[in-house]
Amino acid sequence: MPTFVYMTRCDGCGHCVDICPSDIMHIDPTYRRAYNIEPNMCWECYSCVKACPHHAIDVRGYADFAPLGHSVRVIRDEEKGVIAWRIKSRNGETDLNLLAPITTKPWGKHIPQLADVTGPSQDQRNSQLLYNEPKYIRLDDGDIHTLESNGLELKEGVYY
Amino acid sequence: MLSTNPFTELSAAIGAEAMQIYVILMFIAVIVGVIIDVVHKKSAAYFFENAKKAEKAAKRSISSGDKMSMAASTLTGEVLTSSEFANPQRRVSHLMTMYGFIIFVVANVAMIFGSEAGIWPLLWHLGALSLAVGGGWFFFAIRVDVSSEGGKWYALDLRGDLFIVSLLVMSVFALLWSFSGAGLSGLSLVFFILFIAAATTLFTTVIWSKFAHMFFKPAAAYQKKITRADGSQENLPDVGEMNDPAVQARYPDIPEYMGTNPPDMGLGIKREKPTHF
Repeated sequence: MPTFVYMTRCDGCGHCVDICPSDIMHIDPTYRRAYNIEPNMCWECYSCVKACPHHAIDVRGYADFAPLGHSVRVIRDEEKGVIAWRIKSRNGETDLNLLAPITTKPWGKHIPQLADVTGPSQDQRNSQLLYNEPKYIRLDDGDIHTLESNGLELKEGVYY
Repeated sequence: MLSTNPFTELSAAIGAEAMQIYVILMFIAVIVGVIIDVVHKKSAAYFFENAKKAEKAAKRSISSGDKMSMAASTLTGEVLTSSEFANPQRRVSHLMTMYGFIIFVVANVAMIFGSEAGIWPLLWHLGALSLAVGGGWFFFAIRVDVSSEGGKWYALDLRGDLFIVSLLVMSVFALLWSFSGAGLSGLSLVFFILFIAAATTLFTTVIWSKFAHMFFKPAAAYQKKITRADGSQENLPDVGEMNDPAVQARYPDIPEYMGTNPPDMGLGIKREKPTHF
């Protein structure tokens, strides 16, 4: 079942609109609250559910873990770096609380740069794992093949 | 100019009673509008149904003393200081609009019903000014159509913008009427007619506009506090603190990957304002 918005909790901030990969969360022009414009196209990816700062969006849990009449709710806490799930069965007897980390370092600061990592040594290249690496990524010698390095250029348009 | 009662000339022309009857009619229109709104949209029925559902899922019971203190904190927090707004611009503009409206209405009623106190004309003008500035700031810059949806400020939605537009028109033309002499001739008359037309629109279209939110929002904020206090919290999970040993014992992934005292990770997707046009 696709996502739906509790209009009483929504304040029209638009974080769900920004994050929806299918672009189906929009803001209703009269009520200025978010709503799912095309439930048929919803993949239930949970992006909007996790992005909403007011926890105003809900969606039915996937059938492989969620029994009928359940309630599944999630809080993605960015500052603490964790994601918390709560799965309740309809008679309330099962009430699972799950917590898992989603980052180990502050956001946006410690992005690993490939240039900072040394490439594999010749021994590593000859080892079992890398000996078969194809020539076109030039682990054997030289730099990476690019269009420019081969004297080619990408022409615009479609060619048959 | 800010301390001259704008209604003196008007009451000489049409009589104080006509103005008082108008005010009373507007009050009745608001009350009737809110009642019809609640009955027709079944908002009260859904609200209490939700409250019952939350009560069934409650983990703790709340004493009436706790309930009183939560009502008081809702009053001082969400009502008086609009603490529900996370965005500071929206919060400030809402405070200006809200207090401007309240002061303006109270000053209107006080002067029309005969109060001679010298403070009322000043409050009338200041209230209208605050309403115009705060409401104008919201209308031209802050509302989601303009700030996030890339819409033009003049692309109005009839039902969506009825409240803010009638508030703005009312306050602007009230001020213009007062500054043009508060009379009933020429330009003054035009301003006065527009002022009264906007005010009448504002109070009689309660069913179709956002007006009633001023009564619903405090109730919703109080109900949300109750759900947090009684443990039902709309079935949302408890997150807890990551340096709490109980949390770390229950979820060993947390200390394994994040250490025993994880830092504040900062903002990720919430770093940028959602401008999605």
